[in-house]
Amino acid sequence: MAYSEKVMDHFANPRNVGEMPDADGIGEVGNSKCGDIMKMYIKVKDNIITDVSFKTFGCGAAIATSSMATELVKGRSIDDALQLTNKAVMEALDGLPPVKVHCSVLAEQAIKAALSDYYTKQGIDPEPIVGKISECEECHLH
Amino acid sequence: MSEYVYADNAATTRLSDAAFEAMKPYFTEYFGNPSSLYKLGAASQRAVDKAREDIAGCINAPRPTDVYFVSGGSEADNWAIKGAAELGLKKGKKHIISSRFEHHAVLHTLEYLEKHGYEVTLLEVHEDGLVRPEELEAAIREDTALVTIMFANNEIGTIQPIKELAEIAHKHGVLFHTDAVQAVGTVEIDVQELGVDMLSMSGHKFHGPKGVGALYIKKGIRLPSLIHGGAQERGMRAGTENIAGVVGMAAALKEAVENIPERNARLTKMRDRLIDGLSVIDRSRVNGDRVHRLPGNVNMCFEGIEGESLLLMLDLKGISASSGSACTSGSLDPSHVLLALGLPHEIAHGSLRLTFSDENTEEDIDRILSVLPPIVERLRSMSPLWEKIVNNSKD
Repeated sequence: MAYSEKVMDHFANPRNVGEMPDADGIGEVGNSKCGDIMKMYIKVKDNIITDVSFKTFGCGAAIATSSMATELVKGRSIDDALQLTNKAVMEALDGLPPVKVHCSVLAEQAIKAALSDYYTKQGIDPEPIVGKISECEECHLH
Repeated sequence: MSEYVYADNAATTRLSDAAFEAMKPYFTEYFGNPSSLYKLGAASQRAVDKAREDIAGCINAPRPTDVYFVSGGSEADNWAIKGAAELGLKKGKKHIISSRFEHHAVLHTLEYLEKHGYEVTLLEVHEDGLVRPEELEAAIREDTALVTIMFANNEIGTIQPIKELAEIAHKHGVLFHTDAVQAVGTVEIDVQELGVDMLSMSGHKFHGPKGVGALYIKKGIRLPSLIHGGAQERGMRAGTENIAGVVGMAAALKEAVENIPERNARLTKMRDRLIDGLSVIDRSRVNGDRVHRLPGNVNMCFEGIEGESLLLMLDLKGISASSGSACTSGSLDPSHVLLALGLPHEIAHGSLRLTFSDENTEEDIDRILSVLPPIVERLRSMSPLWEKIVNNSKD
């Protein structure tokens, strides 16, 4: 199994890593039992994600997909961020080994979980906008 | 490459110079088929015979012909277990005893046999990674055909009381096999002293070539064949002999058993210095008994981080290691070995295996001790799991 150069770059030099004390939304997905936890922090102003950061426990692909997902939504509108798919994260990383695809699903879910938390904090029901945050299928199997 | 550290000798080893030199003539010069009548074939036959004698000598087998050449450790395990199962069946015995943390070459063979009507009991290995002889004795039944327990574990290096376990099996008239792939060439092996009926070994674990191994079968055990075809290995294992392979394996093993006490004293010192140095890291633990352990094996868990990311970071710093973590093996489950020790999933995910051979130096240990702690710290600084562990401990 080999990772692409982009995956290794985002693993070795993760972008936007760390806690955000004044975040407007925080989302956490995954569980320690299956070996991946992603936590995303977002700052929102005028419907724009002005800042984003993450903390991840997991394999190389988990860290790289978290990093790439933050890059893909940073400075974008909430509407754009809601359109983020795991496929887009994977493509931006020049692909992932088949057993690591679930990491990109988790990264997509983590962004949505942060947006969901943002709406909840605004007193808005997130479900009609963000949809249900489901665990990835592979985590369900465990 | 002076900064490069190879610390994955339990996965495979570098071919020794002596083995490589011994092998060379058998690729292009003495390439004959040992089964042929002409002189070139006879030269190959002599090389195979000599390799068999040498290997028998290294494990103190009573006769060279008790050693059968195979393709590696997995084939040796498959042959011993499936063969013993078939022998058992003739006497109406369909029960096999093994342990929970065997290599998959054993565990998956046993699963296969379960699908074909055999019953398998897997003994616990407890927190220290050691099988309890009294638990083996209690598990033996009237219909037990075989006990197969590994000599030394491939992930945590714990060494089982093989002699005692074999005695218990024999007291009840049960065959005893040991997968000694991690032990041969590393610790002293005397098959007569141990009293085992069958023992598996693999060339590339002791600086021999890959693709060759051997099964010792005690005289009188009429093990049915696994590979059918020509009359090689006295009709027991078909296939043209891997001449260069068996020559290289014999050369490597002879070299490996020459200086076992001195080498192990040196490796044990290095191992213990590394374990002590890494144990300073907060919330780290050593997996498996520290005393009954291969001299070159270090296996530790660091809470709050995941094994694969640790390995990748080490690789970026020029250190080759491995993890029990499943991420590398294509499944999401953590190591079955660490789970067998009773470790929870989240801790078992953060394991690291560093394994050393004669070719490692004290400088390698220094390098790991300087490189590893900052990596653990860095990964923890970005781990939400570590954040939870720290917060919970404050409560």
